[in-house]
Amino acid sequence: MERQVRQLALALGVLFVILIGQVTYIQVVSADRLADNPANAKRQLIAEYEVNRGQILAADRRTVLALSKRSPGELRFERRYPQGELNGYVTGYYSFVYGRSRLEESFNGYLAGDAPQLLPQTLADMVLGRPKRGGSIITSIVPELQEAAAQALGDLPGGVAAIDPRTGNVLTLVANPSYDPNPLSSHDPAEIRRTWEELNADPDKPLRSRASDELYPPGSTFKIIDAAAALANGYGPASTWPNPHVLDLPDTNETLSNFGGVTCSGGSRITLADALRQSCNVVFGEIGLELGAEALAEQAWAFGFAPTSTTGDVPFDVPFQEGVFPDPSYFEDRRPAVALSAIGQDNVAANPLQMALVAGAIGNGGVMMRPRLVTEVRAPDGQVVETFEPEIFSRPMTEVNAALLTAMMIEVVEGGTGTAARISGVSVAGKTGTAQHGEGADPHAWFVSFAPADDPQIAVAVIVLDGGSLGSEATGGALAAPIARAVMEAALNR
Amino acid sequence: MSQAAVPRGRARPAAAIAFTVLALVIAVGAYVLAGLGKRGNVPATIALYGSIFAIGFAAAAFTIRRYAPSADPALFPTAAVLTGLGFAMIFRLSGGLAAEQATWVAIGLAAFCVTLFVVRDHRQLDAYTYTIGLLGIVLLLLPVVPGIGRTINGARLWVKIGPIGFQPSEIGKVLIVVFLASYLTQKRELLRVATGGVGPLRLPPAKHLMPVLLAWGASLAVLFIQRDLGASLLYFGIFVVMLWVATGRAAYLVIGGLLFAIGAWVGYQVFDHVQLRVDVWLNALDPAKVFDVGYGQLAQAQFGMGTGGLVGEGLGRGSPGLIPFASTDFIFAAIGEELGMLGTAGILLLYLLLVGKGLRAALASPDAFGRLLATGLSTAVALQTFVIVGGVTRVIPLTGVTLPFVSYGGSSLVSNFVLLALLVRVSSGPAPVRPKGGG
Repeated sequence: MERQVRQLALALGVLFVILIGQVTYIQVVSADRLADNPANAKRQLIAEYEVNRGQILAADRRTVLALSKRSPGELRFERRYPQGELNGYVTGYYSFVYGRSRLEESFNGYLAGDAPQLLPQTLADMVLGRPKRGGSIITSIVPELQEAAAQALGDLPGGVAAIDPRTGNVLTLVANPSYDPNPLSSHDPAEIRRTWEELNADPDKPLRSRASDELYPPGSTFKIIDAAAALANGYGPASTWPNPHVLDLPDTNETLSNFGGVTCSGGSRITLADALRQSCNVVFGEIGLELGAEALAEQAWAFGFAPTSTTGDVPFDVPFQEGVFPDPSYFEDRRPAVALSAIGQDNVAANPLQMALVAGAIGNGGVMMRPRLVTEVRAPDGQVVETFEPEIFSRPMTEVNAALLTAMMIEVVEGGTGTAARISGVSVAGKTGTAQHGEGADPHAWFVSFAPADDPQIAVAVIVLDGGSLGSEATGGALAAPIARAVMEAALNR
Repeated sequence: MSQAAVPRGRARPAAAIAFTVLALVIAVGAYVLAGLGKRGNVPATIALYGSIFAIGFAAAAFTIRRYAPSADPALFPTAAVLTGLGFAMIFRLSGGLAAEQATWVAIGLAAFCVTLFVVRDHRQLDAYTYTIGLLGIVLLLLPVVPGIGRTINGARLWVKIGPIGFQPSEIGKVLIVVFLASYLTQKRELLRVATGGVGPLRLPPAKHLMPVLLAWGASLAVLFIQRDLGASLLYFGIFVVMLWVATGRAAYLVIGGLLFAIGAWVGYQVFDHVQLRVDVWLNALDPAKVFDVGYGQLAQAQFGMGTGGLVGEGLGRGSPGLIPFASTDFIFAAIGEELGMLGTAGILLLYLLLVGKGLRAALASPDAFGRLLATGLSTAVALQTFVIVGGVTRVIPLTGVTLPFVSYGGSSLVSNFVLLALLVRVSSGPAPVRPKGGG
């Protein structure tokens, strides 16, 4: 009996050794694999919200655009956006039902503390039993400019984008109507779903930014790209062009007329500079036909436009819809479309961020910087772990041509269609646009500009949709130029 | 029978007191930590639950000192630590369940003391072989009786008389072990005799094989009628082990193993729920099945343990609420989440210690009945732990039995404390005639 009891002890011991081996396997060896199991969503969520997610800060390094707060519920941290709607298109939302968007998504690795640069800190937190902390990201957003742009835009539907032409830093990115990321990022699934459904049911699509997601005909603001193409093809600012009342479009009985049906002043021939100042559709239609679709496309693409509305051609820190200028093959049996495209109609499309990049490249001596929102990442202890340097995206113009075009754009503001953007003591370069879109619809009002013209610190593009407050009387000069001016003033007086 | 090679323990009151105090510190400490981890403050119930543990443990230690002074000083404290850890986890899962469990801890400790007080010498039990056996069988079969039996979670294990519900099989299990120890001690010489044989296996005569077949039949009946896979496995395992230890005949292990294999095979063929259990065991994490209820439940237990990792989330800091039946069948996984692999391995080592001490008591017992009794009781604890922990960790298909001393449940806790009292009794030998042992 004694021998059997000893053998039994051994056998039962073996059973327990098997169990200890198995718990070691489950809890140590395969823990990561279990964590990634699709059915483990709830725990993955809890683990994700265990992290004291890093802040999103403005360029001043003080203003907090997004932060994590302790929450009393099962999920430990809740994401808050102190300015509500103002920075919704910068930060994005952080929702456990609908995922993440914009910076919350594209810089998630840093914010969640998963980036390898943050490893030393993360390990220290783990050893000390503190909740995992994410890195903070410093954006290029300037709070005063955000507020100035939002205030100037008021309740008008549209968008404003401003960049620093020298670095590509995006200083302002606002649009109307916007959305508040707070309810989408709450811990109340009912509130999240209700908000989401409301936002998606809204015909104005507030989750999409009118400054950088949507596309609109750029109208006459596209003429600065025509002018750049003309300069590149040997036509100087003083080159003269026929100045008829209307332009007969080839292969059709249709004609192209100037805004309001007027004839541009200056006689039977008009200089390129004067045509830009007065924004003569007839002349730019001629220029488009003269240069051809190939030359226009090449110039537009160099400014970041793409042949189709696929995103990603201009790398940016959040999703960005670049402008569209069709492939030349599109124009082969559509010659009138070349003239229409030259005045920013037909299938040409853009948005304020795209046009701010164009203006910025002209002001920056023909060098287009890659747009960027994030300049720096800091570990939770404040140490800088990553700095992003400015990058050149393209050189769409020579320095000489850029200076010539700048001079022409100064004239637009000094004595042309863009006088509403004048700022005393500062030379401003700009271009208006009043874009038709569909029968009977009130036009979109555009203004693109940069200042000071000789050494630009800021390039701004503004769109006010559907006539804004002026209805069918809306023009870029009347409606959009004052908004751009307000943003530039805020930037230059700061 | 030769003289026991393992010496009987002598009284070690200092060790017993030290171990009991340590167990109390761990039990109350775990409960306070669970409260701190979950809500950030010391639980408001500290005075009540703290005193239940303090008074209960002290009473048990005093009873051992007085009525079983030579008992192994580690037996009770080991079980007490397990009880305390289980209570901390239950408290952390639900304040309401904790209140009930605290009541059952008090009743269980009382039952422990009463058992030690009443059973002054374990050989007393040897006199009531068939009474105890009959009572055990009755308790086992009670849930089948129409009107009072209740089916919960697919197994007919519960009896409800008036407002009181209990699982009679839990205490039935202890009685059956006592019966088997007594019966096999009396019959073991008969069962040892080998007359025929197949190859190297020497078998006893057919009529002595009858008990094996009867037990096998009874286990199958439990499986078929009560649909209780875990209990069926457990009873048959305990029986075969005790038969083998009593007779020294390895043939019984082989026959038992074969019969078990046949029973398992038949069960698999006949019962959908057995087939499902096996499939859940093998494919719990299969992406195509993991969202189904049965698979998902076992998967959640794996996720909980995986989340715990090496050191655990900390008591009160994890999310064991996501694990189904976290206070009963899956409590081991819930502990794994919050105490990590170090915690689960620690708990397994505590069971190993308890079982080892039990078997040591068996070896030290001078009489065959005591040896067999302690062996059977230790085996019951070991196999039950293996069945549920193995099921939760996917070593074997999951069958629902409680984790001794740890799981929520009154019947289980009380009968395990009775079982523990009997182990303590065998380990100590007869109670001293005069209370303050005069030599």
